[in-house]
Amino acid sequence: MTQSFDFRRLTMTIIMALIGILFMAPFFWMVSASLKVEEEVLTFPIQWIPNTWNAIENYHEVWTGSLPFLMLYWNSIKVTVLTTLTSVFVSSLAAYGFAKINFKGRDLVFIIVLATYMIPPQTLLVTQFLLYRWLGLYDTHTGLILLNSFSVFGTFMLRQFYLGVSNEIIESARMDGAGHFRIFASIALPLVRPAIATYAILRFIWTWNDFQYPLIFLRSEALYTIQLGVSSFADEHGSIYSLMMAASVSAIIPLLIIFVIGQKQVIEGIQLGGVKG
Amino acid sequence: MSSEVRADTKIKEERSAKSKRKKKKKTSDPFGGWRESLAGWLFIAPMFIGTSILVIFPIVASLALSFTDWNFVSGYANASFIGFDNFIALFNDDVFLKSLGNNFIVLIAIPITLILSLGIAVIINKYIFFKDLFKVIFFMPFISSVVAVAVVFRVLFHPSEGPVNQFLMSIGIDNPPGWIADTTYALPSVMIILIWTSIGFNLIIYLAGLQNIPKELYEAAQIDGASAWYQFTKITIPLVSPTTFLLFVTGLIASFKIFDLIIVLTEGGPANSTNIPVVYLYQQAFIELKTGYSSAIALVMFVIILVITYLQFIGQKKWVNY
Repeated sequence: MTQSFDFRRLTMTIIMALIGILFMAPFFWMVSASLKVEEEVLTFPIQWIPNTWNAIENYHEVWTGSLPFLMLYWNSIKVTVLTTLTSVFVSSLAAYGFAKINFKGRDLVFIIVLATYMIPPQTLLVTQFLLYRWLGLYDTHTGLILLNSFSVFGTFMLRQFYLGVSNEIIESARMDGAGHFRIFASIALPLVRPAIATYAILRFIWTWNDFQYPLIFLRSEALYTIQLGVSSFADEHGSIYSLMMAASVSAIIPLLIIFVIGQKQVIEGIQLGGVKG
Repeated sequence: MSSEVRADTKIKEERSAKSKRKKKKKTSDPFGGWRESLAGWLFIAPMFIGTSILVIFPIVASLALSFTDWNFVSGYANASFIGFDNFIALFNDDVFLKSLGNNFIVLIAIPITLILSLGIAVIINKYIFFKDLFKVIFFMPFISSVVAVAVVFRVLFHPSEGPVNQFLMSIGIDNPPGWIADTTYALPSVMIILIWTSIGFNLIIYLAGLQNIPKELYEAAQIDGASAWYQFTKITIPLVSPTTFLLFVTGLIASFKIFDLIIVLTEGGPANSTNIPVVYLYQQAFIELKTGYSSAIALVMFVIILVITYLQFIGQKKWVNY
């Protein structure tokens, strides 16, 4: 019985592996094309392993050319790391407040904040743009960082975890004279550290991939992030596919590495939060 | 602010007897009162202030702007109140109506995604080895940069030289579709990419939903000699219906936010065949510089999202099998 069952399982695994390979084919094609000389990119049947290698030249052009990816990377890393830190801080504080402090107006404010989650962010771009011009935040990294720092998703997700922190611990700490900030910093925060790690990874991925805010709120090429860079690179070199693919690989790969390292946290975090935002 | 507080106390007063008892306990709590409230507001202050400035204020402002004919180039002085003119123009604007129609066509991708995701989730959950590896594989498109993905598909879907059409021609299809260059196939192409990128997310949520189905149900069905298909249709589908509903609503709301993919892939073209309201809003606001008109589009979007959210509340009671 067990043997025949395992055999069926093996067959299913092989079938799914084939589907999986087909599913990943666009990625394989992207990587393979980025390593080729331009003339061989569109040859058919597809040569998955390049005939003539041109990887060094392609990546050299992308990384140091007219829109150097080295600079884009630095901008993206700066914006992404600062956004992640700010957002984790803001959401974590708010989540503790919503979960563990019983103050007047709490439920109403929570509902208002939650309701803003449904709204397509593009509908706010016009007035945000006007506001940013007026505040002098247009075309600055600070402005960009602030746009992704007040996450409803993060607040909601972390709140679920703070709700799980036992009230007895908090009450007894208060009996000993600790204020909410002390309890937050030395008791609650350490207890929800895994959830914070999950949210930080998710925020990192989403900010790294963010395209629409840089598109609207950045103007100077020197401030461009990687996604904006890939898009203008594609517009500029639209007919040189090998370079476009090298640019795409450069935009995707670092993130894939972070995802593979933190995949357990990411997947569990998505399952807990239920939604993207 | 004070009216909010009052409304909240009213809600609290109306609560059940059980929570009243709780509340009595709270009033005897030495940590209640204004200090507790102050601490609470301080904790949520950064989040609340940020959301107020970057979300709530823009909503109110676009409400006001949608009744003006203002544009970026002319100063504040040149803005004048024009009543409902923007909205009348909007509902006579063929491009806007087409973009709205396109958005509803895109919704067809949701059930397709749900069916594929549930199928894969059931197989991964029960019938194969290396579960975690497969989760990662199917999840990859979801975390990949949409911009890079769109750039790759621009080449893959190239009408004459792209690998997809070269493959189709090699297996004997002489006139393969022009994909993103063809007004008929452009929107389906966008939907294919959309399905590809969202299977991962839906799959992960379905896997969590499947964990909640009691194993005894399947064991009992097996003893009764029920086939795998019978178990799938009579146990799995009804019992994951809350998950299906959640994913359907999430997909519905997400479909009104598709922006990056369309901007990079087609910019709404060819001939507006892939235009959707949020893309059209962007074009009107930042290319045509019609601030008032684009705010009217934003307002229409708010109303649509509001209606969907309302229907969701009703639907939850009617269709979900708990």
